[in-house]
Amino acid sequence: MTTGTGLALTWRKIPERYNLMGSKCDNCGESFFPSRKICPNCRRRGRIRKEKFSGKGKIYSYTLVASPPSGFELEAPYPMVIVQLDEGARVTAQLVDTAYENVKIGAPVQVVFRKIQEEGKEGLIHYGFKFKMTPGK
Amino acid sequence: MDGGGMWIAGYGAYVPRFRIAAEEITKIWGEEASRIKEGLGIAEKSVPDIDEDSATIAVEAARNAMYHAGLKDPTEIGAIFFGSESPPYAVKPAASIVAEAIQATPALTAADLEFACKAGTAGIQCVMGMCASGMIRYGMAIGSDTSQGRPGDALEYSAGAGGAAFILGGEKADAVADIKHTCSYTTDTPDFWRRPGADFPSHGGRFTGEPAYFKHVISASQMLMKETGVKAEDLDYAVFHQPNGKFPVQAAKMLGIEKGKIMPGLITPLIGNTYSAASMLGLAATLDVAKPGQRIMATSFGSGAGSDSFLIEVLDGIDAKRGRARAVKSFVDDKEYVDYGTYAKYRRKLKSL
Ligand SMILES: [Zn+2]
Repeated sequence: MTTGTGLALTWRKIPERYNLMGSKCDNCGESFFPSRKICPNCRRRGRIRKEKFSGKGKIYSYTLVASPPSGFELEAPYPMVIVQLDEGARVTAQLVDTAYENVKIGAPVQVVFRKIQEEGKEGLIHYGFKFKMTPGK
Repeated sequence: MDGGGMWIAGYGAYVPRFRIAAEEITKIWGEEASRIKEGLGIAEKSVPDIDEDSATIAVEAARNAMYHAGLKDPTEIGAIFFGSESPPYAVKPAASIVAEAIQATPALTAADLEFACKAGTAGIQCVMGMCASGMIRYGMAIGSDTSQGRPGDALEYSAGAGGAAFILGGEKADAVADIKHTCSYTTDTPDFWRRPGADFPSHGGRFTGEPAYFKHVISASQMLMKETGVKAEDLDYAVFHQPNGKFPVQAAKMLGIEKGKIMPGLITPLIGNTYSAASMLGLAATLDVAKPGQRIMATSFGSGAGSDSFLIEVLDGIDAKRGRARAVKSFVDDKEYVDYGTYAKYRRKLKSL
């Protein structure tokens, strides 16, 4: 059986989803995630290159998802966070291993590798980044 | 094999944070907690989160191993072997997922291995051979499992989750330990199996002990000691596969090894049996506390059945790398308890999940 019209898209996003590959403009110094091909600040003067982000950052904002989108029912309720990465870019992702009452703005977080979604029992398993609070902090 | 040129450049561990206590399981099945804890020597076991599987655990362990080894260029890894009896796919390697997640692609070989609880150590032997022959400069062997027991079965008290990754190769001056020798003992012994499509394994109950675990672990360990001339008293530590908290203690006794020498690597009582990871996490926990010059014997066991035994000598390089990655103990100590309902949901034990 052929499945998943999104296979090619999923495959192209592997570097981004597995390793937080974004981009950075060496002209103005701004980092982008997801990556950009043209710097919105510098336009033609921009010098964009690929950058792998360290996966370390701080919680910029958060919310609790109680009514999840389809495919995420088993995980709800779960916290979603906007992480301000050390390199500057902001990323939205799930926060794991943390009770919601312990989530705080400014708390240090680090990237983890988890299952994002499964396409039923026979389809592809999508893996990628989530975040957890940095232990001992 | 003479072990020339086969050393451990670094290693990494990973254990999920959640735990379920034996009491919480006995409550459901009406058993006596003290009898279970006494009989199995397991007080609690690790439970993977709903979005964790043997591939995500392998990636976390592999990344920790990369930090520990201090490998700057991941493309120097020429081989990755993923050993598991609970792979996420029946067909599609998890080794390639790990390779991508540590950016070791594309110039490398990779494969998934299965031999019940000893596929990870079989992977170490594969990497040893490839390093010794000069085929590769560095190679990684991983043991990772999120195994399941049938609800109500004794395995439900023991089947935990965890992973360990070992990077072999590079320069001996940078290595943390030297693998001096390895040998294996393998027979067709049907003590434990799982057919394709079956959710839970079948096992031979008491048959898993004497003719399976003890025969293979003791025979491989004795073979190693005979071939190297190393005696029980020459060893500083020993690590055995640990399907429960009792078998490895008994194995040490049968080999004349003091109980204290296996304690640093005996972690099943606190995280359960991590299957392919069990002996490798035990070895990692032992290396976490070992000093240069000390000798460790590590013997795995996989049902079906076989044991791989290793004689390992700790090198000076271990001190410089200590603390670069989280120690096994920090994973064991960092925990949060879940109740049986949450556990059943996380492990998808209800048919509708
Ligand atoms: Zn710019």
